[in-house]
Amino acid sequence: METIHSIRPLLAILASLFAIPLIVGFSRRPAMREFWTFAAAGSKFLIIVSMLPLVLTGRRVTCTIFEIIPGVPLQLTVDTLGLLFALVSSSLWILTSIYSVGYMRGLGEHSQTRYFCFFAVALSATIGVAFSANLLTLYIFYEILSLATYPLVTHHQDEEARSSGRRYLAYILGSSIGLFLPAMLISYHLAGTLTFSASGFLGASISRKVLMILLIMFVFGAAKAAVMPLHAWLPAAMVAPTPVSALLHAVAVVKVGVFVIIRIITGVFGVNLLKSLSLTTPVIVLACITILCGSLIALSQDNLKRLLAYSTISQLSYIVLGVSLLSQRGLTGAFIHIPMHAFGKITLFFCAGAIFVATGKKNISEMKGLGRQMPITMAAFFIASLSIIGLPPCGGFLSKWNLVLGSIEAHRPLVLVVLLVSSLLNAGYFMPVVYKAFFFKTESAVAGVKEAPLCCLIPLCLTAIFSIIFLFYPQPFYELISHALKCIIGAGV
Amino acid sequence: MTGNYPALLVTVPLLAAFVIYGCSWLHKRSCLFMALLGLTIPFAISVALLKKVLINGHISYHLGGWDPPWGIAYELDPINAIVLVAVTTVALVNLIATSKEIETRFSDRRGAFYALYLLFVVGLLGIVATGDLFNLYVLLEIASITGYSLIAMGDPARAPLSSLNYVFMGTIGACFYLLGVGYIYIMTGSLNMADVHALLPPLYHSSAIVVAFIFCLVGVMIKMGFFPLHSWLPNAYTYVPSPAASLIAPLMTKVMAYVMIRLMISVFSPKFVFSSIAASNAVVWLACLAIVMGALMALAQRDVRRMLTYIIVSEIGYIVGGAWIGNATAMSGAVLHIINDVLMTFCVFLSLGAIARSTKGYQIENFSGLFKKIPVTMATFVVSGLSIIGIPPTCGFFSKWYLILGAIEGGHYGFIVVLLLSSLINIILFFRIFEEAFFVYPKTNAVHTEGEASIAIAETPFVTLIPLVLTAILLIFTGIYSGSLIALIIKPVVSAGLL
Repeated sequence: METIHSIRPLLAILASLFAIPLIVGFSRRPAMREFWTFAAAGSKFLIIVSMLPLVLTGRRVTCTIFEIIPGVPLQLTVDTLGLLFALVSSSLWILTSIYSVGYMRGLGEHSQTRYFCFFAVALSATIGVAFSANLLTLYIFYEILSLATYPLVTHHQDEEARSSGRRYLAYILGSSIGLFLPAMLISYHLAGTLTFSASGFLGASISRKVLMILLIMFVFGAAKAAVMPLHAWLPAAMVAPTPVSALLHAVAVVKVGVFVIIRIITGVFGVNLLKSLSLTTPVIVLACITILCGSLIALSQDNLKRLLAYSTISQLSYIVLGVSLLSQRGLTGAFIHIPMHAFGKITLFFCAGAIFVATGKKNISEMKGLGRQMPITMAAFFIASLSIIGLPPCGGFLSKWNLVLGSIEAHRPLVLVVLLVSSLLNAGYFMPVVYKAFFFKTESAVAGVKEAPLCCLIPLCLTAIFSIIFLFYPQPFYELISHALKCIIGAGV
Repeated sequence: MTGNYPALLVTVPLLAAFVIYGCSWLHKRSCLFMALLGLTIPFAISVALLKKVLINGHISYHLGGWDPPWGIAYELDPINAIVLVAVTTVALVNLIATSKEIETRFSDRRGAFYALYLLFVVGLLGIVATGDLFNLYVLLEIASITGYSLIAMGDPARAPLSSLNYVFMGTIGACFYLLGVGYIYIMTGSLNMADVHALLPPLYHSSAIVVAFIFCLVGVMIKMGFFPLHSWLPNAYTYVPSPAASLIAPLMTKVMAYVMIRLMISVFSPKFVFSSIAASNAVVWLACLAIVMGALMALAQRDVRRMLTYIIVSEIGYIVGGAWIGNATAMSGAVLHIINDVLMTFCVFLSLGAIARSTKGYQIENFSGLFKKIPVTMATFVVSGLSIIGIPPTCGFFSKWYLILGAIEGGHYGFIVVLLLSSLINIILFFRIFEEAFFVYPKTNAVHTEGEASIAIAETPFVTLIPLVLTAILLIFTGIYSGSLIALIIKPVVSAGLL
């Protein structure tokens, strides 16, 4: 494979960091401050898009910054998989920025400058994870992301934010330092390198027991993927302002978690090694448990954002499950679920936030009849929930379709059952929300309510529309994924 | 001139110290200027020496032209050259950053303060550079006695007593070291390190040499505050005046840790240390205990300064453990951690000194609302805290990396667990403070409005803030460039001596 040396991946990471001094400098002039956020988001997106043609023609863009530990440089490589993830998160950052402006101003939130700064840092770190060429670089960006999100999660600075912040740090930093770091060091000790390769760098010479332990340590170490039992930070993180929950806890942070697991399975161990030793069975079991339990807990939630959090926990495990099936269809389903779930879930969070801005309500029981007051928001909510359930005419159907085929391909009928049951459960917790909104009598508390400001409304309409478009026009994603699969599966066969 | 750099390194600040003290009777204003000059020159010299050592390799300088083993020699290899740079940098930057506080706080005693400050630095530079066992003892006493005096200049109620306690413990430590050196002299008839190193191998099985080694080691361990010999440290470092705290706390213990490594490699040999006396496992377990106990005792403190002193106890455990695991990776980690720990302890104490301007005390409760009030100073405190926790890309992560890797290679799993555990406890220690500074607001600020003018920003003056910010940035740069630090400076020396 041809490799091109370019500083574009580095620029993509730095784009949002450069904006920080400007955001701070214009803290007294909100309009200018937000302009710089958009400038950063737009330029980041454009830089990432500019690498698309190179990567699609089968080349790889690399940028080596320097050797940080013998044999392990601080290195960025853009491959199809990383690019897919980077595209999703950077494009959604633009929409989230628009939404943030509407939401934060609509509620008159404090410390907006700090908010926009740390958002920019978080996005830099996310793109850094997407483009990391080795485990150490990935770990560095992973930790930066953990810490940059902390002030966002605890934005309200009250007692609730404080305890949620503690839980967040305990889970995220505790797992990454306690499990991920030693696993990485042991891998380095065994293999002498940490650079991802399509066939994995942990050779077959290592005993099965050690490999199994390492895999489990890595999967739990990436607690951002919220595989049970290390999921409790995600519902706690819902105290954050809604745009944070939307972009970070439905797209960037949690997807970084699953992306790490994808990289571990495809780049560290290698699909063929895992397949030949059938190491992923415990991961599949864990993912299935998480899918079912997450959905079951979501059924009992009244707070809309907490419901969405549990739904996210269960949906993330779809991706973990798809990768650990190790079959071509399973991997396709997992990869395509990244954009599909991102667009669907961010719409749902946007809707929850819009409802909060317009009515101040957080609980589903108080949203009866809201569909008549806020028809656009609730329609978007309906579309996005169809996508998450996996029904046409929405993009989520594609990922579920591929995952189901993947489970058949991998000869795991139980997984198939889990996926179908989960779809029913998803419908079970989303449809009552929609039903109550449209078919119940309007409660007096929300009688005079109008739609949220335009800045909130436009992004959520766009993401909902994209969720539909992706079903009919998934070619760009498929093209990227087929390239990625060629590397992952083609390498060792 | 350039040939005499090693001598000038020590003599310039020594002379400056006396001139300053004399000068303080005549013209008080010029003291600061001369102190700055007396530290800038050694700083420039140490940088030049480092460059020279990296190009030409080992430098052996014979004081007064007397050849060893009769005369005193200064031996410079890449590792002690970089430690010298670290010492002079910290001393100089600290003086600049805290000059304002020194001038106001010790206005009538400033001559004494600057003189002691410089003599302390002389002692440390000599300890690091010397190649003579007895000369090391002399310089150790210079550094210790000036250290006691600087500590005694702090809080009049508590500082003299804690200084006295330090005097007792420190003297016992120095005695142990001197006894050990005496034994070595009796057995070999030499005091020059290189000479002793060459004469010792046939005597490795002599119990006198084993005892000599143990005496030296115990002496050095008392001086570096290695658990359970640390009891002098928390009080001494808590009540020391803050401009001296950010000088003594980062340097003294770490320089002594370097002396331990020097004794292990250049006086005795790794073969003797790790094979002839099979104590390495026991010492590593002691180091584990030091790390855990340091962390636990830090957890029990509500006073931030006291908490940091216990963190030093724990960090010393890292270095001792790394040095005694007995392979090149862990030893490199230990040496790297000496440099990193100098920088991060310096940064954390310096920012604490700056923070203390805006608080009424060092209790955690006093930190409330500080992120609003002094955002930049708090940011440097956060960076140094993250480095102590070991979050990449700050330097603390990378020394931890080599230490853990060395422990994996050496099969010492207890040490790995303890290192990770201490990182986790450090998260609690620091986020307890960050939380207080971030969440707890004075009541007046309850209104959520854009602008929030209720807490006025009252940032630290620039003369302190700029060095502080530069140090915090240096923490990140040292982390990022730790690969070259290891490859260029630490590996050549360590792998020549080890395995």
